[in-house]
Amino acid sequence: MTDVTEAIARAHRQEWARVVATLARRYRDLDIAEEMTAEAFAAAVERWPADGVPANPGAWLTVTADRKAIDRIRREAKRAQKHQEALMLSDAPEPLGVIDDDRLRLVFTCCHPALAMEARIALTLRMVGGLTVPEIAAAFLVQETAMSRRITRAKTKIQAARIPYRVPSREDLPARVTGVLTVLYLIFNEGYLASDPEQNAVRGDLTAEAIRLTRLVRDLMPAHGEVAGLLALMLLTEARRTARVSAGGELVALGDQDRGAWDRALIAEGHALVRARLASGQPPGRYQIQAAINAVHTDVRDVRDTDWSQVIALYDQLAVLDRSPIVRLNRAIAVAELDGPEVALAEVDGLPLEGYHLFHATRAELLRRLGRSDQARTAYGRAIELAGNTAEKAYLIRRRDQLGAP
Amino acid sequence: MAQYLLSVLTDSTELATEGEMEAIDVFNEQLVGQRHWVFAGGLASPVAATVVDGRDGEPVFTDGPYLESKEHIAGFWIIEAADLDVALRLAGQGSKACNRRVEVRPILREEQA
Repeated sequence: MTDVTEAIARAHRQEWARVVATLARRYRDLDIAEEMTAEAFAAAVERWPADGVPANPGAWLTVTADRKAIDRIRREAKRAQKHQEALMLSDAPEPLGVIDDDRLRLVFTCCHPALAMEARIALTLRMVGGLTVPEIAAAFLVQETAMSRRITRAKTKIQAARIPYRVPSREDLPARVTGVLTVLYLIFNEGYLASDPEQNAVRGDLTAEAIRLTRLVRDLMPAHGEVAGLLALMLLTEARRTARVSAGGELVALGDQDRGAWDRALIAEGHALVRARLASGQPPGRYQIQAAINAVHTDVRDVRDTDWSQVIALYDQLAVLDRSPIVRLNRAIAVAELDGPEVALAEVDGLPLEGYHLFHATRAELLRRLGRSDQARTAYGRAIELAGNTAEKAYLIRRRDQLGAP
Repeated sequence: MAQYLLSVLTDSTELATEGEMEAIDVFNEQLVGQRHWVFAGGLASPVAATVVDGRDGEPVFTDGPYLESKEHIAGFWIIEAADLDVALRLAGQGSKACNRRVEVRPILREEQA
């Protein structure tokens, strides 16, 4: 990569959201903001190799995008009045929100609860993340035209229904931050659970993109515990990603992973975030607790050293906030390590998770440890039927076949 | 300021109970007090509806609503609100007051028409 290409890639990572956000505030129009920002980057690709990289790439891009926006507005007579309005709006001192940053307004607008969840995800990746529509379509295995329509429809609704371009009011803020974190976590999981990251690198890249976006939100809301918790959770999960799938494309269970392959830098950063949250003394939310559970797992070089009683205590804490049976299922897996498979099986049986592959996979593993091979085989069979991910399927099939024929 | 239509959705023909009416009154007063109020009304059941088609001269009347559906609109508010966040918050309170779901839809402004 030449220096200029690298400078453009860096500017794209660092400045895209800022330029879109600035234009969106100035012109109150996400279409103009998005298109003119894209054009400014296209201009950079054209001109920086000849003219050199400007001293302040962000300012250059903003000014270029802004000029293009004004040109376009002048060209479109219909927009003239809008431009006038926009200028008047930006002259008036705006009431400052709880946090004042254009990028944060952009994040909250893209993750607005009046938009469908899939639209929020697509819009966030496009407007804040700077991914192209074809990239987003490929990552979500959706036709490009369908993805493009989804984004256009969301933008139309924002405009027509007057979804505001600002940080929510204090009373709305907690729920809205939770909504933003949900979007970021869904993006992360989409990448993390991608069954074939080798073949579909775009999907795999979603984890890195989700982490980047969460870092941005954390920069904008540094005091928010759950933002830090989600970032820590993502880092500690991402750290294990390469160890999680074998060379043969099969899932590797936590206890069997090559811990030397874990990313120590990500783990150190995740642990530091978890420690800082613990030190804050504030009651943790669900992401912070999940991050703490992952911190316990990543704290030891040997699975046998895992502090299972600590894991169970954290799941108990999580169960108070989240009554989902999935939390109880995960808790039971830790119970198996501390109190044995029999106790754990008693906790798992009866959970209303008939349609969830990990319920059957967990039962299969517990039954296997109890020597009840026939029942284990049936449970593996159910899990294999329900599993959507090829790496998980491969793992479950091998586990089942190890039991031999009935 | 923009205007929004808040439609009250229901799948039954039961009218509001006394308790619901009281809560609606309180909500209406709040709308007036906070300068969100434009207009509101309850609607008679769809059985009372007549569809009129006057496009080809002499109007043609059809008994009943234009769409037979499980749900219908039992009433509505028209409110003034700065943006959707405000409208959604009011709709939430209105839904609670009348004990029914509420659809929020922006009314077109001149510049959009």
